[in-house]
Amino acid sequence: MSHDDVLNPKQMPHDPEKATLEGKNKFLGFWFFLGGETVLFASLFGTYLALNGSTQGENTPENLFGLELVFIMTMLLLTSSLTSVYAMYHMKNHDFGKMQLWLVITVALGLAFLGFEIYEFYHYIHEYDFTFRSSAFGSAFYTLVGFHGGHVLFGLCWITALIIRNQKRGLNLYNAPKYYTASLYWHFIDVVWVFIFTVVYLMGKVG
Amino acid sequence: MSTAVAQKRGLAATIWDYLTTVDHKKIALLYLYSGGFFFLIGGLEAMLIRIQLMKPDNNFISAGLYNEMITMHGTTMIFLAAMPLIFALMNAVVPLQIGARDVAFPFLNSLGFWLFFFGGILLNVSWFTGGAPDAGWTNYAPLSTTSPGHGVDYYVMGLQISGAGTLIAGINFLVTIINMRAPGMTYMRMPLFTWSTFVTSALILFAFPALTVGLFLMMFDRMFGSAFFDVALGGNVIIWEHLFWIFGHPEVYILILPLFGAFSDIFSTFSRKRLFGYSAMVFATVLIGFLGFMVWAHHMFTVGMGPIANSIFAVATMAIAVPTGIKIFNWLFTMWGGQIKMTSAMLWSVAFIPSFTIGGMTGVMLAAAAADFQYHDTYFVVGHFHYVIVGGVVFGIFAGLHYWWPKMFGKVLNEKLGKLAFWPFFIGFHLTFFIQHFLGLMGMPRRYWVFLEGQGLETGNLISTIGAFFMAIGTVIFLINIVYTAIKEPKVGGDPWDARTLEWSIPSPPPHYNFVQTPLVRGLDPLWVEKMDGKKGMTPAEPLGDIHMPNGSILPFMMSLGMFIAGFGFIYQVDNSSWLIAVFIGMGITLGSMLTRSLKDDLGHHIHKEELEADIKKGVGK
Amino acid sequence: MRGWMGKFRSLFLFSTLALILSGCGEENLSALKPKGYSAELLLDLMLISIAIMIFVFVIVMAIYVYVLVRYRKKKGQEDIIPKQTEGNKALEVIWTVIPIILLLVLAVPTVQATFDLADQSTQGDEGVLTVEVTGNQYWWHFNYRGEEIATSQELYIPTGERVYLDMKASDVLHSFWLPAIAGKMDTLPGENINTMYLEAYEEGVYWGHCTELCGPSHSLMDFRVIAVSPEKYDQWLEDMKNVDPEAQPETTTAQEGQELFNNNCMSCHAIGGASMGVGPNLTNFGNREKIAGILDPTKENLVDWIVHPDEIKPGNKMPANIVEPEEAEKIADYLLQLEHSSVGVDAPTQTEE
Repeated sequence: MSHDDVLNPKQMPHDPEKATLEGKNKFLGFWFFLGGETVLFASLFGTYLALNGSTQGENTPENLFGLELVFIMTMLLLTSSLTSVYAMYHMKNHDFGKMQLWLVITVALGLAFLGFEIYEFYHYIHEYDFTFRSSAFGSAFYTLVGFHGGHVLFGLCWITALIIRNQKRGLNLYNAPKYYTASLYWHFIDVVWVFIFTVVYLMGKVG
Repeated sequence: MSTAVAQKRGLAATIWDYLTTVDHKKIALLYLYSGGFFFLIGGLEAMLIRIQLMKPDNNFISAGLYNEMITMHGTTMIFLAAMPLIFALMNAVVPLQIGARDVAFPFLNSLGFWLFFFGGILLNVSWFTGGAPDAGWTNYAPLSTTSPGHGVDYYVMGLQISGAGTLIAGINFLVTIINMRAPGMTYMRMPLFTWSTFVTSALILFAFPALTVGLFLMMFDRMFGSAFFDVALGGNVIIWEHLFWIFGHPEVYILILPLFGAFSDIFSTFSRKRLFGYSAMVFATVLIGFLGFMVWAHHMFTVGMGPIANSIFAVATMAIAVPTGIKIFNWLFTMWGGQIKMTSAMLWSVAFIPSFTIGGMTGVMLAAAAADFQYHDTYFVVGHFHYVIVGGVVFGIFAGLHYWWPKMFGKVLNEKLGKLAFWPFFIGFHLTFFIQHFLGLMGMPRRYWVFLEGQGLETGNLISTIGAFFMAIGTVIFLINIVYTAIKEPKVGGDPWDARTLEWSIPSPPPHYNFVQTPLVRGLDPLWVEKMDGKKGMTPAEPLGDIHMPNGSILPFMMSLGMFIAGFGFIYQVDNSSWLIAVFIGMGITLGSMLTRSLKDDLGHHIHKEELEADIKKGVGK
Repeated sequence: MRGWMGKFRSLFLFSTLALILSGCGEENLSALKPKGYSAELLLDLMLISIAIMIFVFVIVMAIYVYVLVRYRKKKGQEDIIPKQTEGNKALEVIWTVIPIILLLVLAVPTVQATFDLADQSTQGDEGVLTVEVTGNQYWWHFNYRGEEIATSQELYIPTGERVYLDMKASDVLHSFWLPAIAGKMDTLPGENINTMYLEAYEEGVYWGHCTELCGPSHSLMDFRVIAVSPEKYDQWLEDMKNVDPEAQPETTTAQEGQELFNNNCMSCHAIGGASMGVGPNLTNFGNREKIAGILDPTKENLVDWIVHPDEIKPGNKMPANIVEPEEAEKIADYLLQLEHSSVGVDAPTQTEE
């Protein structure tokens, strides 16, 4: 396939993200990468579960967490996952404008999530004096949730960069796999959050 | 691009070429040179250890320095010598064995190498900045979290950076093997070296993140005051052991499996027989990989997990002996009825069988959880894992290098010198490590700076030290062989061994696009199949046409350099927060390079049909 | 389970193996010369596994040697192409099933021994001794539960009965290994207590090592276990309980030494008493087998140790030059005459070569 075919395809295939060998490689490689990420988060969850009783005082999961805020955050992130699905749907429809729009909405929701998370951390630190250094539970909590937050931040930067870079030239076979892997990444972040919500917050509050 | 051409372009151009290369064959050379360099450093450390233990109450090196020595010897040999040398072989061979023009992610391949390289350099810089890490290669908390100075910080940052490189390389080979195979190269026609690379890559993918997390926790504890391993704040030191061994045990198989693959190819080639029980061998490889994840806690029998956990992990560990046994017998029966040709590569492979069998046997003995109460952390364990890692991995690397040297450099390593290097190394290896099993049972614990007089350990330790010198002599002869071969030996053709697999169907060294036309694979041992049909080479699967190749890039180097700089920043910001500038600069370089990579299109280039035809006329591709 | 594993040993291969192996190592240190219940059990387990493994090795080597001799390429046969065999299902089954059976044979005694050694059923029973062991950089402390006494570096146990050890560490990981009597167990900082038991068959001074890397002086963190008959052990307990830390030494230098010791050393060390200090308890120091776990008990060595502990055990916490050398000599005089109990002095120690 010549460069021109890749950048200005005469006809967009149904799966533009997998139309080139590079795209196929990227698609498969990214799935493997997410497999590794799964082990990464599994290790963090394991560490958290081993240490969530080591609170060294009053700052226990039960006393700290408020489910209302976390519920809103969960809804925001779940919705952003859905909007990124819409974006990919429009990619397959070859409707570049709508795809970009849905991605902008995804980024906005992700930003809101991140804002709430920063607020949550700020709240714990200033209201409860509960920090990364106060107990093994504190270290494990901020590390697990913070790693997720870091992933959200990275995802936001990535998707934003893609939106801006390709705004003028539209979809082609070169950038379609990039969009697609970014959306996969975003789904993964969302799934991890569901586990954090369950293991850290629900089980901390109820269990 | 041949070396002769490169030389004409001058040294600076050659260096630039290697800094920016994304060609798997050149990256293989980079892995080979740096892995070889670290192997020599690790070997030197081993010699100093053995000199210190030559006699009782010795004072050759101080206690603190000794602990740095053993830590760096283990860490260097595992992460900076064995791993890259294996990656050198994988990069040099796997794309050729499956009939591909490059790996799936040439850019990431280069990034993986440079991350490994800068991580290794960072780790070794610690020697010159006030002390290397000294808590053992296993780096158990809380000795590691409370170790004074910055040694352990270097360990954490160095391994984190090089570990990221390894993870990238693992993903790369997985995708390469799944997506880039030539037409007709089904999974069950892949050479064993490719198969084992595939399984190893999967192990890397699922094992390394556990180490990543462990290193992050260690980093946070040492640099940012978290309390994961601080029992005063409710931390738990056993978490490190679990994370380390969840990574560490699969790591053992990451090291040995590719060489199982190499041995399979070598036995088959030099017996002129197809590999006996090919599908059983594939199955055993996959099974070893799978079981490798189930047994990590056998490193922790004495931690106090209780008899139930100990028994489960004991039995699971014993189970690994079964697929390993299958492999040993299938290798023996590959040679059975063959025409065995004792080349240097074959000599190392043949020597591997008894050595590794002994290592496997002591492995089963160690798996008996209760008996491990005697073996654990003694010289018995040291003897065991050196039998596996030297007798398996190092013998395998030597065998693989002898076997694939012509493919990498176009010349066969001198056979006489090859055998001359083998014998002292082989004898020295058994002298050094066999006696160590007994030393352990006689009461010598591992990681002992001195042993005392009058405990009956003198003779054994002296023998062991003498053996180490023999191994050093063997290594030096091998190095001489490399130089001698480069100067004196003649060039050889594409298939000097009368071999069986695809890499031997193209010139040595191959042109940078590997295959002028992608070959059509018609069975296991594709080249052998064609030769038996009376053909000279492979049947092409496509007409001669333009070839798409990736562009080189300096960005992988820059990204890794950024991490290297940031690594120093992280280490020293504990002392002085102005070092955070280094963190920002370093991460800025890395993230900036990543952004550049993301924003700037890189579509690669084409090699046109006319150039290929010209190459063919010159004799390339025959 | 002792019974049937013991009988195995009378088998020819076993007795030969045991004979060869027992040539290795020093009395009271080698795992190959067991002097206690656990060590004997473990040696039996090792012998079973070695026997199975040698069986496998012999088979592998027989095929190996045959193949290499028989199928080497010979002159004049360069062009022969061997038959390209794909494999053999029956053979594959054989070398899968036989190892499985062999491993099962090994797995049964392994699991039995693992549970046997983890048994704590009699701990806390009347008359069963439990010692609280603490590993420190680089010394061991032993607290005899229920008795108001403690020792450092040397653990006294009665022969012929189980003594439980409840073990932890005060700083970093250590591991308590007593090869001739039992195996080893790690000591961990924090809440985790690991328990193992010792049962010595004969009287003797047994050597132990730390087996978990714990810093520069890891290799110098030796300890002794002194096993004496139950009667002597009771005598020892009695002696230890009657230690008078204030007792006046006989010679004047020792008296001056006592004064110096009380002023300079007592903040970390203790004589008599049961609580663990920053440094080892020095009760009965005059009868110690070794100074600091490693040095011969001469006055010269002791003075060296008091003045320059860091040169002898790098990284240890005792400060150097806390007293002048002349003062150290007096302290040495004082310490070396602390002979609170003569029990165990005549216990058989390592044989000299």
